[in-house]
Amino acid sequence: MTDILRYRDDDAPMEPVVTISSFADQSNSSAVLIEAGDDVRDLLPHLDRLKLAVVDFPRFRDGRGYSSARILREAGYKGEIRAIGDVLVDQIWHMRRCGFDSFAPNSPLDPKVVEESLNRYEHVYQPAADDAVPIWKLRHG
Amino acid sequence: MYQYDKYDQKMVDARVAEFRDQANRRIAGELTEDQFKPLRLKNGLYLQLHAYMLRVAIPYGTLNSRQMRMLATIARKYDRGYAHFTTRQNIQYNWIKLEQAADILADLSTVEMHAIQTSGESIRNVSSDQYAGATADEIVDPRPYAELIRQATSFHPEFSYMPRKFKIAVIASDEDRAAMRLHDLGFKLVRNDKGELGFEVYVGGGMGRTPFVSPLIRDFLPVDQMFSYTEAVLRVWNRWARRDNIHKQRIKILVHEWGAEKMKEKIEAEWQEILPNASDIPRKELERIATYFEAPAFDDEAAEEIDLSDPDFKIWVDQNVRPHKHPGYAIANISLKPVKGIPGDASADQIDLMADLAEQYSFDELRVTHAQNIVFAHVKKSDLYALWQKLDAAGLAPANIDLISDIIACPGLDYCSLANARSIPVAQKIAERFSDAEAQRDLGELKLKISGCINACGHHHSGHIGILGVDRKGTENYQLLLGGSGAEDASLGKITGPGFDEDGIVNAVATTVSKYKELREDGERFLDTYRRVGMAPFKEALYD
Repeated sequence: MTDILRYRDDDAPMEPVVTISSFADQSNSSAVLIEAGDDVRDLLPHLDRLKLAVVDFPRFRDGRGYSSARILREAGYKGEIRAIGDVLVDQIWHMRRCGFDSFAPNSPLDPKVVEESLNRYEHVYQPAADDAVPIWKLRHG
Repeated sequence: MYQYDKYDQKMVDARVAEFRDQANRRIAGELTEDQFKPLRLKNGLYLQLHAYMLRVAIPYGTLNSRQMRMLATIARKYDRGYAHFTTRQNIQYNWIKLEQAADILADLSTVEMHAIQTSGESIRNVSSDQYAGATADEIVDPRPYAELIRQATSFHPEFSYMPRKFKIAVIASDEDRAAMRLHDLGFKLVRNDKGELGFEVYVGGGMGRTPFVSPLIRDFLPVDQMFSYTEAVLRVWNRWARRDNIHKQRIKILVHEWGAEKMKEKIEAEWQEILPNASDIPRKELERIATYFEAPAFDDEAAEEIDLSDPDFKIWVDQNVRPHKHPGYAIANISLKPVKGIPGDASADQIDLMADLAEQYSFDELRVTHAQNIVFAHVKKSDLYALWQKLDAAGLAPANIDLISDIIACPGLDYCSLANARSIPVAQKIAERFSDAEAQRDLGELKLKISGCINACGHHHSGHIGILGVDRKGTENYQLLLGGSGAEDASLGKITGPGFDEDGIVNAVATTVSKYKELREDGERFLDTYRRVGMAPFKEALYD
């Protein structure tokens, strides 16, 4: 069991996760596993009962999950998005910006190193799923 | 040219600190090489045959003298006193130590430079027209748009672990000097019927082992929506490209598999999803950036005439100097292709000299071209002779721009761990064979491009004459391609037939050129003749 690094105040959902295709049929499920090749938009009709989206990174170089998280946030999903699998500390900043708010990687993360890397960049060049204000907005007030 | 404000500087400084930390963790063994590799690649650091190679970004190929001098300083301090200008308007150093890489990035940051996203699966340095802001045939200066998209695609959180690399070009002339349609994403500035500025958008071009000329995907994109549309292109590709075979993951493959129509539909649909996020950058930010690219204070009294009484100078002017939009000025090309040299290489002393001369003669600004040469964009015609004399004294005045000895070549097996064959010696032998200045000029525009492997860094697909080095049963073998072009008439070269050994390929080029001379009609370039007569007569001359 790996440690979970969470950036949420609520309790972690404990429901079992099901695949996207099962999630549509199982009207009592509230947690879903999104695999790298899945079309996350298949979930959008069912967002009202979704509490936990678990996005799998089979290899850290496979960046499809970043788009999956962002699409969920763009659709208004406020629940937890958890990154699992091959997730490395140098990726957490970008993942946080795409809407991930919990992390349960294969290899546990050192919270101190995570904190350092999250504080490294004071600014961002573009808006994303977080509330960081892009540089162009700071320039023009 | 663009100058950093405190925000740009903070971003680059943070990157230096981040990379220093990552390199230290690697040296301490906390990161495996496999984990470190994508991190160092996002900072332009490759592991080559003999040492690390560092590629430094020169956004859209434009830099000032202070930056140019720092490039010379780095060549002296951390490398072997020279550096290599690349086909994507960047510069690279071939003899770098990992322990010093962060120090180099720190030095670069003092002159507003970096190596961010110059390699790896990232959105690379944006390329543009080396004559931007100087040429009469552009509708506006494309560089503010290139800078806008550079910033917006730097550290993009969603697009940092993409299927493969992604290259963007922005141009604003009908004449394409940036090989725009051989980029993953190409923007060409145009005006619509109402006189509004927008882009023609091309998606899915590229070289590599499976080359494609990009199709037009959108015929008019309002300039203010450049970024949201780019995000749509990137997201469609990031989500649906193959991930199972590194050689089939570029966006060109997806465009090829889907067809341009389906790609267009997918991008348009994704764009409609993205538009409500209001990620586009407001006009006032574009205007802020554009103020840095305003025309320099040209002298309206500058003389039109050039004294061409020195015959060597006249040859250089005829070949290397191009018309400027302002009366009394000219665009001067500095060829980094001397006969016995390495295409695109310059010594630290030469780099320093070009910096000094640009300061003196070209409003403190230099451009790097994708043909691995340097441009002084704004030179007074009355200064050309003095400039030429100083360049000539430093070996920087070969009069061969766009001629057969103005060869594009990758570093090849002399440096590169991917290469199958050497490129540099072949380029040198060909340049030597055609070193007669008059004979070269008689051949006219003839773009010869050499790659040492199928990754095509030497752009062999788009050479009027292309050469591809391959490994055949342990020996270097060179294939000949004819009929490519990276310009507005973009096309991909075709292989003539069986390959040649090193001397054989030089002879094959000579045979091809002789055949052209025999077949050409008035005013025809090699490419025109080839397109008129086809491959057959050349093949016959080469193999029968």
